[in-house]
Amino acid sequence: MTTMTAPSKLDAATKPAVIDLLYRLADDGLIIGHRNSEWTGIGPILEEDIAFSSMAQDKMGHALAFYRMLHELGEPDPERITFERGPEAFRCCSLVAMEFLSGSSGQGDLCNNPVRDELLYRGDWCGSLVRQFLFAEADAVRMAALENSAYEPLAHLARKLRGEIKYHTLHGRLLMEKLGEATPESGERLQSTLTLLWPHALGIFEPTRFESALAEAKICPPESELCDQWRSEVTPIIAKSGLKIPARAMPHYGGRAGKHGPELAALLEAMQRVYMLSPGATW
Amino acid sequence: METNTETDLARVWEALGEVNDPEIPVVSVVDMGIIAGVDVQPDAVTVRMTPTFAGCPALDVMRNDISRSLRDAGFESVRVDVVFEPPWSSDRISEEGRRKLKEFGLAPPGPACHGGLTEAQIARVSCPHCDSADTTLESIFGPTLCRAIHYCNACRQSFEQFKPV
Repeated sequence: MTTMTAPSKLDAATKPAVIDLLYRLADDGLIIGHRNSEWTGIGPILEEDIAFSSMAQDKMGHALAFYRMLHELGEPDPERITFERGPEAFRCCSLVAMEFLSGSSGQGDLCNNPVRDELLYRGDWCGSLVRQFLFAEADAVRMAALENSAYEPLAHLARKLRGEIKYHTLHGRLLMEKLGEATPESGERLQSTLTLLWPHALGIFEPTRFESALAEAKICPPESELCDQWRSEVTPIIAKSGLKIPARAMPHYGGRAGKHGPELAALLEAMQRVYMLSPGATW
Repeated sequence: METNTETDLARVWEALGEVNDPEIPVVSVVDMGIIAGVDVQPDAVTVRMTPTFAGCPALDVMRNDISRSLRDAGFESVRVDVVFEPPWSSDRISEEGRRKLKEFGLAPPGPACHGGLTEAQIARVSCPHCDSADTTLESIFGPTLCRAIHYCNACRQSFEQFKPV
């Protein structure tokens, strides 16, 4: 197996494939980090407020590491990648962009908002929890695979991130199992949320046009292989939680090709608002 | 007879030992195993640092502190690179670092486990204040990325643990 130790060793087939992969990984991290950070200060219990804030910070750090790698491959610097792209340029999956806290994106800030309590009651932390569980398991599977990537910088980074993500999967498993069997209400809410999110979770593994280039160069295994590994990880946990995986669910694709719902545009408008007041300024 | 490079190397490590972790000011970046390597050339010094956590907000502060400490030690041309090889693991914290963490009130980490990690493994921690093993894990997350929160049933106070990573 040829190991590509440096960005300069990527050729015309592998370079755009690696760039696309890095954007998918980085954008997933940035967007789920942003979504999880929306619960800071208003989590249902203190421990989960802390957990989601901590996991958000982790994923933003991961995103930054991937954006820096992209910059080394000739893409713009991380600040500009993050704050100057519109939604059509993002390659995150639909799962990470889903909105579970009304008013969190562009509909008005929660601070000093007379209908703040109303907005909070319309929030659904259950959605964020199930989303975080499904995503973290996929993240763990992917990082384990990328540890063996022929593109060495990615292999090194994946090895590091895997060590951090194990706390995310531990959290997801603990909570799914505890809440799945806690009360009839918690079981029902988790089940209806899981049923809603499952097609979007399958969308994490949307194949791109770079599938064969990545697989042939042993940079990243095919998405279907990663999806199978992910399914074998989450299936027993879901069963242990007393829940059922929806049968005959069709994957929700489009995110990897830049096709997103309005929630991503609203998220980006809020996230980029301060930067766009004066792009490129030093604050 | 020590060469110039050997003397310089010793001075570099000494200067690095003066750079403290901004969030845990009792330990240095050397104690924490953050320094992945040092390269001393006649015209420049390069320090490679491996971050504890990819999202650690203190990373840039540490980079600047390292540069400043080396320039104060007389090295004019200094470069600090962030690397992920070797990946940082809590196993890289020195014995001295662990002792200082405990003194500071932070339980030092147990052995790092790369792949799987169970709640039981993280929960097996002694109280840094009274050394009792009768402790309860409260949260695997804490006020910073590196900390978990525990409670000591013996001396009845909370304490934080540096997470095994």
